[in-house]
Amino acid sequence: MSILNTIPEPSRWSRIKKSKIGYSFRSNPVAVVSMCIFVCITIMALLAPLIAPFDPYDPAQIDIMNSEYPPVWIDGADPQFLFGTDDQGRDLWSTILYGTRLSLMIGLCAVTLQAVIGISIGLISGYVGGRLDSLLMRLADIQLSFSTLMVAIIFLAVAQAMFGSELFSRYAIYFLIAVIGVSEWPQYARTVRATVLAEKKKEYVDSARVLGFGPLRIMVRHILPNSLSPIFVISTVQVANAIISEASLSFLGLGMPPSQPSLGSLISSGFDYIFSGSWWITAIPGVVLVVLVLVINLLGDWLRDVLNPKLHKG
Amino acid sequence: MLAYLVKRIFQAIGVMFVISLIGFAIQDNLGDPLRELVGQSVTEEVRQELREELGLNDSFTKQYTRFLGNALHGDLGTSYFFKEPALDVILKKLPATLELVFGATLIIVCLSVPLGVMTAIRPNAILSKFIMGASIIGISIPVFLTAILMIYVFSVGYGWLPSFGRGDVVHVFGDWDTNFANVDGLRHIIMPSFALASIMLPLFVRLIRAEMMEVLQSEYVKYARAKGIRPWRIYFVHALKNTLLPVITVGGVQIGTMVAYTILTETVFQWPGMGFMFLEAVNRVDTPLIVAYLIVVGFIFVVTNTVVDLIYGLVNPTVKLARLGA
Repeated sequence: MSILNTIPEPSRWSRIKKSKIGYSFRSNPVAVVSMCIFVCITIMALLAPLIAPFDPYDPAQIDIMNSEYPPVWIDGADPQFLFGTDDQGRDLWSTILYGTRLSLMIGLCAVTLQAVIGISIGLISGYVGGRLDSLLMRLADIQLSFSTLMVAIIFLAVAQAMFGSELFSRYAIYFLIAVIGVSEWPQYARTVRATVLAEKKKEYVDSARVLGFGPLRIMVRHILPNSLSPIFVISTVQVANAIISEASLSFLGLGMPPSQPSLGSLISSGFDYIFSGSWWITAIPGVVLVVLVLVINLLGDWLRDVLNPKLHKG
Repeated sequence: MLAYLVKRIFQAIGVMFVISLIGFAIQDNLGDPLRELVGQSVTEEVRQELREELGLNDSFTKQYTRFLGNALHGDLGTSYFFKEPALDVILKKLPATLELVFGATLIIVCLSVPLGVMTAIRPNAILSKFIMGASIIGISIPVFLTAILMIYVFSVGYGWLPSFGRGDVVHVFGDWDTNFANVDGLRHIIMPSFALASIMLPLFVRLIRAEMMEVLQSEYVKYARAKGIRPWRIYFVHALKNTLLPVITVGGVQIGTMVAYTILTETVFQWPGMGFMFLEAVNRVDTPLIVAYLIVVGFIFVVTNTVVDLIYGLVNPTVKLARLGA
C-alpha cells in the first residue's frame, strides 16, 4: 500500500502533455511547426531592442545616404544591413523586428479589448435574457452587418482629419486598438451568449443559485469557465484578423506613421519604390506578415478541430 | 411575413437615421465651412453675418433637421475641392467601383462553385488538399499585398498587364463608362478584380465545401444514388441547389463588405472609384464629400443587408420568423 501511495502526483506539464489536446498537438506536425514559428516570431519581436542591430526610432542612427541598399545576397549590398535598407536609410531587419512587435501588440491588445467587451455583453445577454438580450443582439447584428474595416477606415479617417495628422500619428496606436477592439465585439458576444444559453440550463447553475450566489458570481465563476473553449477558438482567428486589419489601415495611411512603422506602414512605404526595383522594402515585411498571420490561422484551425470535434473542417 | 417585412424596414430606417446623425456630427465638428467659402481675408463682422445667413448659429436640432431634409432631397452639400454637389461627385465615381465589384463577384462565382464542389466530392484527393491549403494561405494574405504582388509580377516583371487606372473605357450612358467593352478596358480590370476576389474566394470555397459535404450525407442524396442518377447530376443539380441558400446569404452580406475592400484595391491600382476618392477627400479634409461617402456607403450596406434578410426569410421556410423579426 505504502509503495502505491508514493507515486508522485504528475506535474502540471506532464498532465498537459498527456491530455487530449497535448496528444493531438504532438501528432499534428502542422500545429507543431506553426507553434514553433509563432513562438520564434513572438520572442524575436519581444526582444527587438536587444537583438536589433540598429534602433529605427533613433534619428541619429539613420543616414539617408544608406537608403535603398539591397539585401546582402544581392550585388551592391552593404554587409552591415542584413535585409538591406528602406527608403529612409533604416536597417530593414531592425525595422521589421520593431514593426512586428508593434503589429503583434496592437493585435493582441485589440483582441483583449474585444474579448472584454464581447464576453461581458454575451454573459449578460445570455444570463439575463428577455428584452435586454434581444436589444443587445440586435445591436450586435447591426454592428456585424457593417464590415469592421469600413467602420475602422471611416472612424480613423475622421479622427485624422479632426486632430490633424501630427497629433493623430502620436496616438495612432491607441486609436487602432480602440477601433479594432470596439468594432469586433459581436463575434465574442454571440459565441459567449450561445454557450451561456446552453450552460444556464445545467444543474450546477441551479445549485449555485440555490446556494444563494449572486448573478455576477454565477456568471463569472461558474458559467464563464465552462464557456472557455469556443472563446479560445475564436480568439486565434480574431488575432489574425486584427493583425490584418491593422496592416490594412496602416497601409492606407490611417494607422501607424512612417516614423514608427508597423508591418503595414512598412509595406506601404515600400510600395512607392516597387517600380524602381526596390522590391525588398515591400516583400520582406510582407512575407513576415503573411507567415505570422498564416501560422496563427493554422493554429486556430487545429484548435477548432480539437475543441469542437462536431464541427466540420471547413 | 408582412410584420417581419415592416419590422425589418423600420430597423433599416433606424440605422440610416443613426448614420445620418453621425454624418451630421462629423460635418458639424470637422473643418470650418466659412474658411472654405471666404478664406482668411474677411472681417469678423462679415463672418458673423455670413454665419447667421448660413444658419450656422442655429440650434443643433434645427441644423440637423435642415441637414436631414436636404439629404432626403439628395443634397449632401457641396464638395470643397470639386466645387460640385458631393452626391454628384460620388455618383460619377460609383460605376467604376461597381464594375470592380462586379468583376470580382464574377470571378468568385465562377471559381468558388467548381472548386468548392470538387473539394467536397473528393476530400482526400491531392488537388483538394492543395486547394484547401491554398485557401488558408489566401485568407492569410491581406488584399493589398496580393495586389502589390500581382503588380510586381505581371506589370513590373512581365509587363503583361497595366498597373494602374481604368484605361480605355467605353461610354454607355450618363456617368457610366464600362471596362467590359474592349480589350484595353478588360486588361485594366483583370488585376484589380482578381485582387479584390482573392480575399473572398477562399471563404466561399470553404463555405461551399462545408455545406456540400453536409448535404452529401443526407438521405435524399443517398436515395438519388440508389436510383442510379448519374453522379454529376446529383452533385450539381440535387446537392448544389441545397447548398446555395447559406451561400447566397453570406454572399449578400459580403458584397457590402467588398465595398470596404474596394478602398484598398482602388488605392493600390489607382482605380478612379469611390474608395480612392474617399481617401483623397480625407487627405484634403473635404468634409461634405466624407459625409456624403459615409451616407452613400451606409445606404448600400443597409439596403443589401435588408434585401438579403428578406430573401432569406422568403426562401427558407424553416427559418423561424419570430427569431429573426423579434
